[in-house]
Amino acid sequence: MAKSEAEVLEGLAAIVAEETGLDAADVQTDKSFTDDLDIDSLSMMTIVTLAEEEFDVRIPDEDVKNLVTVGDAVKYITGAQA
Amino acid sequence: MTTLTIKRGPEFSRILGLGVARGENVVPNDDIIEPIDSSDEWIRKMTGIATRVRANSETSVIDLSERASLEAIAKAGIDATEIDAVILSTITYPHMTPGGAPVLADRIGATPAAAYDISAACAGYCYGIAQADALVRAGTARNVLVVGAEKMSDFIDPADRSISYLLGDAAGAVVIGSSDTPGIGPTVWGSDGAGAQLIRQTASWLDVRDGSAEAFPTLVQEGPSVYKWASFKMGPVALEAIEAAGITPNDIQAFIPHQANTRIIDQMVKQIGLPEHVAVGRDIVDSGNTSAASIPLATERLYRDGAVKSGDLALQIGFGAGLVYAAQVVVLP
Repeated sequence: MAKSEAEVLEGLAAIVAEETGLDAADVQTDKSFTDDLDIDSLSMMTIVTLAEEEFDVRIPDEDVKNLVTVGDAVKYITGAQA
Repeated sequence: MTTLTIKRGPEFSRILGLGVARGENVVPNDDIIEPIDSSDEWIRKMTGIATRVRANSETSVIDLSERASLEAIAKAGIDATEIDAVILSTITYPHMTPGGAPVLADRIGATPAAAYDISAACAGYCYGIAQADALVRAGTARNVLVVGAEKMSDFIDPADRSISYLLGDAAGAVVIGSSDTPGIGPTVWGSDGAGAQLIRQTASWLDVRDGSAEAFPTLVQEGPSVYKWASFKMGPVALEAIEAAGITPNDIQAFIPHQANTRIIDQMVKQIGLPEHVAVGRDIVDSGNTSAASIPLATERLYRDGAVKSGDLALQIGFGAGLVYAAQVVVLP
């Protein structure tokens, strides 16, 4: 069943926390992956891959550059769910 | 009806000896950061690399190959004349023809061994092992010399931020021959040409001829995409190679992946679920990414560090431009 934006945010925050060691509570929709959370391009790919598995969606590599903020990713994943 | 005589080889093959040759110069990050506007800290964080080995300008792919091959042959305890095939895996031999392997075979006294080059980039060493294993067991060759050799520094752009700063020059060689016990497990290999553009030469030789190439062709990559593919698609391939050999991750003593990036190596270790006792090849820190040479280099380093010994089981996996990949479990010589 498709997850709501709040559920996607919760799941994504857990993935980001696991990859970066950040507190999941700090992973908010207005945060920029690069500027606020200090996530580099390789860690971003790990997060994307784990999110693809977690939410059963496909995020093509060329779309990753458009996911600037956590909110961008939440919207993308929510919309991509079958 | 007339029937053909078919040769049959030994039941098993193994690696008899290993040799390596690194480029003569150890190049620290500080020496290459200016054109890419980077820092030692950034390169270490993103790749794990502290230095890369690069050859003198007059040193060729064949020179590096010769040094590694002579060591491998000596350690195998055979004469070069007992080698029936020479396989040179390289993407940086600067002639389309003739191949480098016949030149190498002549240099080391292996004439008239069959000799040919293969182009499988960073998977080239494991591709060569797969072929050598098959040639020996089919009775086509008594001993096969497999060489992974690259002079990557001839095909880099110092201002390229995608891959050039990773690359080093080196050769690694092994002799594969018959064995009384299994020494090379089944190879799990494949390709995915849909990703052909992820690691590529910037222009074709025809572009150079026609004047449409902006500069001499060099290598570039889509780093994050390659990272994702290697980190998450290659773990299952490595596990398949372990299963194909009829063992479990607990049975191996070493994991020796292509030395592309320590971040990829770390992620693969995680994906495979390697037990802590397994030694992991991390020669990239000092030698850089030497493409087809990187697995034998990392193997040699593990011996030198006392992390492995003769008879140990090592899982090796090569992956790179193509995209191509190959993995097998081997008994270390």
